Amino acid sequence: MQAQEIYEKLKAEFGDAIIEFNAEPFFDPFVLVTTDKLFDICLYLRDTQGLEFDYLSCLGGMDYKENLGVVYHLYSIKLKHTFVIKVTVSKENPFVPTVERIWRTADWHEREAYDMMGIQFEGHHNLIRILCPYDWENFPLRKDYVQPDEYHGMKVPY
Amino acid sequence: MGLLNKLDDPYYGGGIILGKVEDILNWGRSKSDWYLQFGLACCAIEFMAVNASHFDFMRFGCIPRTSPRQADFIIISGTVTFKMAERIKVLYEQMAEPKYVISMGSCSNCGGPYWEHGYHVLKGVDRIIPVDVYIPGCPPRPEALEEGMIRLQEKINKQAIFNKRKRLAEEEKQELIIDN
Amino acid sequence: MGETKKVEFEYSQIDSERMRLNVGPQHPSTHGVLRLEVELDGEIVTEVIPHIGYLHRCFEKHCEKMTYPQVIPYIDRMDYICAMNNEWPYVMGIEKLMGIEVPEKVEYIRVIFAELNRIANHQIAIATFGLDAGAFTPFLYLFRDREFILSIFEKASGGRLLYNYYWVGGLAADVHKEFKEDVLSIVKQVRETNKEIADLLLYNKIFIERVANVGILPADVAISYGCSGPVARGSGLAFDLRKDAPYSIYDRFDFDVVTGHGEVGTVGDCFDRNIVRFHEMEQSCRIIEQAIEQMPMDGDVREKLPKKIRPPKGEIYTKAENPKGELGFYIVSNGTDKPERIKSRGTSFVNLSVLPEISKGYLFADLIMILGSVDIVLGEVDR
Repeated sequence: MQAQEIYEKLKAEFGDAIIEFNAEPFFDPFVLVTTDKLFDICLYLRDTQGLEFDYLSCLGGMDYKENLGVVYHLYSIKLKHTFVIKVTVSKENPFVPTVERIWRTADWHEREAYDMMGIQFEGHHNLIRILCPYDWENFPLRKDYVQPDEYHGMKVPY
Repeated sequence: MGLLNKLDDPYYGGGIILGKVEDILNWGRSKSDWYLQFGLACCAIEFMAVNASHFDFMRFGCIPRTSPRQADFIIISGTVTFKMAERIKVLYEQMAEPKYVISMGSCSNCGGPYWEHGYHVLKGVDRIIPVDVYIPGCPPRPEALEEGMIRLQEKINKQAIFNKRKRLAEEEKQELIIDN
Repeated sequence: MGETKKVEFEYSQIDSERMRLNVGPQHPSTHGVLRLEVELDGEIVTEVIPHIGYLHRCFEKHCEKMTYPQVIPYIDRMDYICAMNNEWPYVMGIEKLMGIEVPEKVEYIRVIFAELNRIANHQIAIATFGLDAGAFTPFLYLFRDREFILSIFEKASGGRLLYNYYWVGGLAADVHKEFKEDVLSIVKQVRETNKEIADLLLYNKIFIERVANVGILPADVAISYGCSGPVARGSGLAFDLRKDAPYSIYDRFDFDVVTGHGEVGTVGDCFDRNIVRFHEMEQSCRIIEQAIEQMPMDGDVREKLPKKIRPPKGEIYTKAENPKGELGFYIVSNGTDKPERIKSRGTSFVNLSVLPEISKGYLFADLIMILGSVDIVLGEVDR
């Protein structure tokens, strides 16, 4: 199914929760949705006949300088089509509902997004750091990140 | 070894060798170094290749040991991150004296390609443990690791065991390196 | 010999205490620096908590600081066993953004090198899997063959392990004159060794006892956990991006998607995941033979290399079928010569996340086999 049709289907079902549809050249077509309806939209995309996005390819945290975001790349193993969902949240209040109950693989992806970007996934059963040590400070992939001077007595800069 | 050639020399009457006890001990030590079977990153794959049939590391007398207690030297084969650095220090401390360290590859020498922006990479394993032989390369070729092994053997051959003053001077020199 | 005394007891009578055990990060069977926190009830695994990040080398941070061509060496160091395959989706994504059509010859060389590297990866996977089970000889045989493959890569790129060979718009250098003959002789050698490996290791009764009916991964769980590659195909799922979303020139070749079908045990056990890798080597040989036959020898591989790599503002998710599964890059370009953000979907990272699910209820010795059958590379898990 084409991205345009999927967007129309979503728009008919969820209305205002779909903020924007982007199909510009050089972009994978994506929809921007609100965070409060994100879980329902994902569940709808997975369970509806004809969409069946049963495979979460990639989940990535983003830093758009003024705010943060999460990008979901979906794929359907049966129907072989792809779709992209985006949400944005403010840096002061970075709360996004978790989708780990829809796709189990989101568990580790969300922990990584939390570790790198500091995005809080509400309802995640075990939201702790995954790549950096558990006592690491700050979120390394944010654009304004500054390297620490030392960690446990070891010098960090060259 | 010159020591063994003397066995065939008729002028020595056969079976009699004149030499220092230190040389004999060092010869034995340098030819049966056991290493800790332990890989970190990309270099560990080349390290595995050295162990396999083409390069045959065992001809140097090197046998992999899975416990640091039984190992004579450790090959730091790859990038050392801060999360791992403390573990490597513990591993090194668990090894019995005398112990040696080979730093394999640019990452463990100085941080390698991660030297500038690697916020989670320790820039050189010599910041936490003393290193005897550095092998450059990213990753070093198996031949380079073998040369590093030969260099380590040379170093062991020259070491002082009984000469206390000489030995202490060597240890002092090593401590200086860590302090810096 | 005296009579053996028969001891009769019931398992419920034995007091077994729950015990927490640390495996790794320095452990010969964790394939690198993985730490597993295992909860045991007697000898039975009740819970596994993987702790990763011991090789976190800040890949995504480096991408933001480097120019597009400078990123390629860092991608090599992600999954260092199959560096050729790693470079491909990244290079393909930028070519798509910039609208570059690569020459025919380049496509063929890319396919041949990717498939050769797939064989090399599966050789390591099977060798180390055998090593975990206590079989040392196949390790020596497979590493001997792998050296021949590496020698071809070395002739083309100059590197044994990390190549920086696939460039945006072409290749770093052309192949040598006797390329076709060399590759065909390797294919012959791989097939001969595979016959031996099948007898020596894979269909060995002792080995089958260790791996059959162990670590069963049902297909729906595999999909939910995002598994791909031999891990998903071992569960009977015909999911191969070379067939499902054909990229490059894979639609020109005739090959089969190998899936596990419970040859000696249940579908989706350790044996199936391993045998899929074994049969995939044969399929790769088939692809290489067809590609060698069709490949043109004349043409310049550096003809389409752009002077300046500056993709237009946009974003793209590119993926390719790595030996371990789907490797994806989410590339966000802001119109300058440095990427805004690159998010990599590490195959091993996703595949490893299924380990706690499939290792519950088995013996502790089986846990090592299950981990070996998932075939992870810690460089890609931690990035």
